[in-house]
Amino acid sequence: MCFPTYRQVGWLLARGYPLVKLINQIFNNNDDPLKGKQLPVLYSARDFGFYSLSGNVGTRFGHAVGWAMAKAYRNSDDIAIGFIGDGTTAEGSFHEALTFASVYKAPVILGITNNQWAISTFTGLATNQDTTFASKALSYGIPGLRVDGNDALAVYSVLEWAADRARHGHGATLIEFFTYRSGAHSTSDDPERYRPKDEASLWPLGDPIERLKQHLLANSEWSEERDDEIQKVLDKQVTESLKEAERIGVLGESKPDVREMFEGVFKEQDWRVKEQLKELGL
Amino acid sequence: MIMNMVQALNSALDVMLGKNSEVLVFGEDVGYFGGVFRVTDKLQKKHGRHRCFDTPISEGGIIATGIGMAAEGLRPVLEIQFADYILPAYDQLVSEAARLRYRSNGDFQAPITVRAPYGGGIFGGQTHSQSPEAIFAHVTGLKTVIPSSPYDAKGLLIASIECDDPIIFLEPKRLYNGPFEGYHDRPLKPWSGETESHVPEDYYSIPLGKAKVKKAGSEATVLAYGTMVHVALAGILESGVDAELIDLRSIVPLDVITIEESVKKTGRCLIVHEASKFSGFGAELSALITERCFYYLSAPTIRLAGWDVPYPHAFEWDYFPSPDRVAKSLKQLLED
Repeated sequence: MCFPTYRQVGWLLARGYPLVKLINQIFNNNDDPLKGKQLPVLYSARDFGFYSLSGNVGTRFGHAVGWAMAKAYRNSDDIAIGFIGDGTTAEGSFHEALTFASVYKAPVILGITNNQWAISTFTGLATNQDTTFASKALSYGIPGLRVDGNDALAVYSVLEWAADRARHGHGATLIEFFTYRSGAHSTSDDPERYRPKDEASLWPLGDPIERLKQHLLANSEWSEERDDEIQKVLDKQVTESLKEAERIGVLGESKPDVREMFEGVFKEQDWRVKEQLKELGL
Repeated sequence: MIMNMVQALNSALDVMLGKNSEVLVFGEDVGYFGGVFRVTDKLQKKHGRHRCFDTPISEGGIIATGIGMAAEGLRPVLEIQFADYILPAYDQLVSEAARLRYRSNGDFQAPITVRAPYGGGIFGGQTHSQSPEAIFAHVTGLKTVIPSSPYDAKGLLIASIECDDPIIFLEPKRLYNGPFEGYHDRPLKPWSGETESHVPEDYYSIPLGKAKVKKAGSEATVLAYGTMVHVALAGILESGVDAELIDLRSIVPLDVITIEESVKKTGRCLIVHEASKFSGFGAELSALITERCFYYLSAPTIRLAGWDVPYPHAFEWDYFPSPDRVAKSLKQLLED
């Protein structure tokens, strides 16, 4: 099971989650799989191994450890992977999760996306600048790896190593993925207010997709023609999915039945919710 | 079999560990040692280190790990050594356990049972005596269960473990070894003389959200839970008032029907809890009574609670609602 942050929608797409469904969630429309109960982009997709997201950072890091322990308890070789951002490593939940992961040798991969910016806060406020996030693993007695997060092959191999380690009962691995948040934190954020305008263009480690492309081109595993072609196919797929979701309705135009608001507080509705449904005339 | 509340809780855990391999029991000192109050005594030895185990001193970590396991499908029963220590885990309980089912539209659920000894009367000072039920009752998505006898403790704990919603199970620690009536200067009374200490050794459960009429009466209704059920009963007897005593047993879900029926019948209501008064659970009960029974009331509802101060060590018996105060409040209720 993957315990993502809100930066990992790519995992959901890589696992074949339907794009229209994803956009329906963003629109909170009638077909929203989460029935209008959650903020856009905070997906949940159990069938795709994608744990429920939340706007509270770091609170699910320990759930990854618990899930992994449950799998170990069942003698399954399933493992869990949990992610956290650089800024959130300052939260207690980061250290609690590492403590439990190391004490119980949980079959879990714990990742830190170090994109160097926590909204407007640079990493020097999340940890002392004389150390790395990866080195925090040492004090917990587990391996800590630091990898170029924009090198797709390096990311793949380090994860493969950690997954193998977890599956063989050797316990948790902490991995720091060093990268850079070139965009804004969110659609309501303006990075120019706290960092130089040209900072993103000066980032030396490049775009991970472009780098992978160059690597494959150099090895003759890929061609510009195929690249153009897949780009067109994907653009079309995204545009069509967007149109389909728009037909169902965008935010404010379409939403699930208001009865949904009262579902799922508990497994079964209690008298309060039943009375309040009546109060709403439902 | 005669059991005190500790033995009844231990029996509930033992039965559930034996019945369902998805039940795990863990927390600080609960494994090898058997818990500081002995509730998990011998469970590790009997069921093994993978079923009942010790954890780091990390309440947030205990609850987070438990939620992850519960989301996967296990049924963790987590002990927080004292309810006073639960606050580092409050974020996990409120932001995660209580919200997981709702925000994921049922994709994931967190059926954890969090056991925590709560309440005063044990000379424990502020950090071992508080009654935090109101801070859980306000959280949509959490259920809060509070037994008052060995029989109820076992049946309600089993029902809590089997429930698919997250449960805060508050154990009135002053009642662990006997039905404390609030007379701190009298000799300790053991559970063995009480009907409710007759506890079946096997499986049974008591549905959540069903209050118990502990004593029938016609002149007033007294609402209480946990230790205060016994204090209230002693106070009723002391007062000579023919009051009906209702043991709520769980504050969420709340058995509002039983409360409503009783208050409509008696026309007067006294609410008793240990926690401080302002914004305590009594405020919710009082509001519900006003909303539902106003035209049946002959007197304003009285809340008898801890004073609005932190739990004061040297002044424990000045703070703790006593049978005398219950009797006095009942007389006032009848005079109003």
